[in-house]
Amino acid sequence: MEDDTVVLDLGIGNVANVRKVTGGTVSTDIGETGKIVLPGVGNFKGVMEALEPQRGALLDAVEEGRYVLGICLGMQLLFHASQEGEGKGLGIMEGEVKRFVGVRTPHIGWNRVRFEKDCPLFKGIPDGSHFYFVHSYHVSTDDENMVAGSTLYGEEDTGVRFPSVVWDGNVFGVQFHPEKSSVHGLRLLKNFRELRT
Amino acid sequence: MLAKRIIAALDIKEGRVVKGINFKNLRDAGDPVQLAKRYEDEGIDEIVFLDITASNEKRGILMDIVKEVAEEVHVPFTVGGGLKDLQGVRELVKNGADKVFINTAAFQEPELIREVSDTLGSSNLVIAVDAKWNGDIWEVYTHGGSVPGGKDVISWVREVEELGGGEILLTSMDADGTEDGFDIPMLKAVVEAVNIPVIASGGAGKPEHFREAFQVDASGALAASIFHYEKYTVGDLKGYLKGCGVDVRT
Repeated sequence: MEDDTVVLDLGIGNVANVRKVTGGTVSTDIGETGKIVLPGVGNFKGVMEALEPQRGALLDAVEEGRYVLGICLGMQLLFHASQEGEGKGLGIMEGEVKRFVGVRTPHIGWNRVRFEKDCPLFKGIPDGSHFYFVHSYHVSTDDENMVAGSTLYGEEDTGVRFPSVVWDGNVFGVQFHPEKSSVHGLRLLKNFRELRT
Repeated sequence: MLAKRIIAALDIKEGRVVKGINFKNLRDAGDPVQLAKRYEDEGIDEIVFLDITASNEKRGILMDIVKEVAEEVHVPFTVGGGLKDLQGVRELVKNGADKVFINTAAFQEPELIREVSDTLGSSNLVIAVDAKWNGDIWEVYTHGGSVPGGKDVISWVREVEELGGGEILLTSMDADGTEDGFDIPMLKAVVEAVNIPVIASGGAGKPEHFREAFQVDASGALAASIFHYEKYTVGDLKGYLKGCGVDVRT
């Protein structure tokens, strides 16, 4: 079952490093079964264009209950739209993607994730652990039910707290790069790999 | 809070790490993958590879290393050195570099910054800037610090930000190699001039130097020899910084 995972290749970044940890295969097609990983390097519009032929299949896969993990831009694609570009997001989750305001942008480096929910991806990872981020846009949502983890960029009173892990049933998104986040990131990917329906 | 980054630099030539590496218990101190893994275990936050391979025919070797580092090492790494165009950048990213840095080509043809950031997103694009005090301004140098560019570092970094550069890797040619500390006045001026992250480079010799760089709000600080010779481990350095109230990842 676990080797059914498909790491979707959207043409810009390297996805072999993600596949190495999640197992499965790299493909430009999500296939019929198994988990789906949406990695993300690039900008919203360009990547969404690359993803467009898969849109219908992806939405069906979510309906069918296949596990999906969006990483960085791959998480942002789960939402409706982004300020970064005109491309339409997948709209699987309610919310939008905004550019940081009032803080040094891009947000690059290791920041803490505060666990907001008892999410299966967090198994074995201490609350408040550091993960590696590199992004200029962040998710903003009114639906707190799906915010599994949050991160503060800047000071508590003047900074921005944004959803860094989102979770709705079989769909997960992480704003950081778990494949670049050393032991905690590898554990998170292992947890995804071990999810069972 | 975003932790301050401690970054190790490795010079690579034809696939081998060059310049003094003196780690104990390393079977092969010239193997970039092995060294990068060692740094990850020690708690480094990021690794920068500067490729100084002269001939183009041998760039394939670099790509193999980038691929291997991407699969074996689980902290971010940045690669650069002699990059001239979008194609070169794409090739590195495709092979697994998390970020790329451009120096001379960006200075000679600033539109390249926009071209790269439009394709890759600016977050993954680092502009390396070498500068030194000429008695009047901090002047930008290109071609590995050998050619004066005639431009003030402050106006150049502002231009870089405007064009979509994601981060500045600022090397002080005056401080580089001295181990007397980063050029704090220049660093401070650059940090204040832009709203993108700035990495301090050149001059790190002891833990206090890192604290000084973070006091003027550098986002990260880079060093080579201080780590290579095990004068201080990354752990020692982070322990010291934490004691000073600097937020670091431990």
